[in-house]
Amino acid sequence: MINVRNATKSYDGTLVVDDVTLGLKRNGLTSIIGPNGAGKSTLLSMIARLVNMDDGEITVDGLDIATADSLELAKRLAVLRQDNHITARLTVRDLVAFGRYPHSKGRTNENDLEHVNRALAYLGLTDLSGRFLDQLSGGQRQRAFVAMTLCQDTDYMLFDEPLNNLDIHHAVSMMKLFRQAARDFGKTVVVVIHDINFASCYSDHIIAMKDGKVAEQGSPDQIIDAGILADIYNTPFQVQNINGQMIATYYGV
Amino acid sequence: MILLCLALLSAIGFMTIGARGNWGFIFEFRGTKLLALLLVAYAVSVSTVLFQTVTNNRILTPSIMGIDALYVLLQTVLIFVFGAQAISALDPQIKFLIEAGCLTVFALILYRFLFFGVFRDVHLLLLSGLFFGLLFRSVSGLLQRIIDPNDFVVLQDSLFASFNSVDKSLLGVSVAVIVLVSAIGAKIFSRFDVMLLGRDSAISLGVNHTRTAVTILALASVLVAVSTALVGPVTFFGLLVANLAYIVLPGAKHKHILPGAILIAFICLSSGQLVLEKLFDFNTALAILIEFAGGLFFIGLILRRGVR
Repeated sequence: MINVRNATKSYDGTLVVDDVTLGLKRNGLTSIIGPNGAGKSTLLSMIARLVNMDDGEITVDGLDIATADSLELAKRLAVLRQDNHITARLTVRDLVAFGRYPHSKGRTNENDLEHVNRALAYLGLTDLSGRFLDQLSGGQRQRAFVAMTLCQDTDYMLFDEPLNNLDIHHAVSMMKLFRQAARDFGKTVVVVIHDINFASCYSDHIIAMKDGKVAEQGSPDQIIDAGILADIYNTPFQVQNINGQMIATYYGV
Repeated sequence: MILLCLALLSAIGFMTIGARGNWGFIFEFRGTKLLALLLVAYAVSVSTVLFQTVTNNRILTPSIMGIDALYVLLQTVLIFVFGAQAISALDPQIKFLIEAGCLTVFALILYRFLFFGVFRDVHLLLLSGLFFGLLFRSVSGLLQRIIDPNDFVVLQDSLFASFNSVDKSLLGVSVAVIVLVSAIGAKIFSRFDVMLLGRDSAISLGVNHTRTAVTILALASVLVAVSTALVGPVTFFGLLVANLAYIVLPGAKHKHILPGAILIAFICLSSGQLVLEKLFDFNTALAILIEFAGGLFFIGLILRRGVR
């Protein structure tokens, strides 16, 4: 369980995350949606201790992220932000193997290798594992970073726009992978996502943010609603039920 | 492996080529020189590679950021304030330790300002580093001009270190300092690779990024102090060997890059010094050759980056 209490963050006097209180239950795929500048990424980064809070408290399974041992947290919670840029020449396998660092501290054993191979296979990177990161396309690199995060094998995984740069095929398989991790392996996956229909079709829970606050939260059926979405995005929406999936359209209606 | 053979070869070459006369004397004379070259190679390459790991940038080096100029400034200020007599009375080894300590503290303040402050833009950072280097050199120059002439002679003597006239009194303490730095480095060695991933990933993997970065930068500063004290500032040498190591070696892991860079540095220094002594008859300085090659390399790196 991740508990966020009164989390507040401002940059240069502008409130980005405004007194957010939130509980994220274990197991399941949660999507955070909302317009640009709503504070989604900042909230995610604060939960992952990448950004300091101005005020408030966040606990992960009872561990206060501000005071708990960082290595201990790294065994429970993994995060991937957007725009990962590495200057060093690393192979895909090297990168993915870094996910084992909290467990092995650089001395990889058999068990670690198994995790690495599994993560590579899950993301279809086995054939590319010897390639250097700078020889990959943007989408392939994104998948390599996701593989590293999976390889960390934590109960909680946070992803900031994991579908960036991915084509439709890989975007769908990544969302399926997240859902599988949540349903079959009891993981808790939180993604910040822009594509409302991906959020609608794959999430167990959706959190909609606006102006640094949680505007609405609930199941996809509750949130993917023309009225609620129009409020959040200041854009008219139409929502259709297509074979049991709630699909939102917003193309100039 | 090939690098190791080359390094051994250049060491043997340095020890034997053109040797005439008493072997005992030659061993002692060239041996200390060789030891000094090895220490400098170690200090410069390790400090540069670690610095680049922390800053995630392959163009920045401690020297380009003006840290060795800061060391010279520090020495100048010490003599300017306390006078040559007080300074000369000090044991050179203790003096060196004090200076290295001060340098580390100052460098950390500077780094804090540069890396954790407003500058996120690499070009701005580079420019400010060059600016600080220039500032430190100018202030040193100014102080050296208004200093008491007697003090100046003493100062010049300590600043005159070069590859030909290594300050031998500092060899012992340099070895001790390098062993100490390496011991601390070995303790956190596994974190070096993680730092390559950048701040966010390092934190996600449970590494205390700020503390590790500060520790590594402190180690790098001490190493800069060692090499500057031994042979004076060598601006581009670290850049040259670190980037050669990145190009020559297959991976970016520190267990490959660090020994590789040290060996490359040692090969460059010992064979360079050999060529200089035998071919140019001491007519030029190794530092000049290095700066020339390193400068060209630096321009090449920036141009190639610009194209990308």
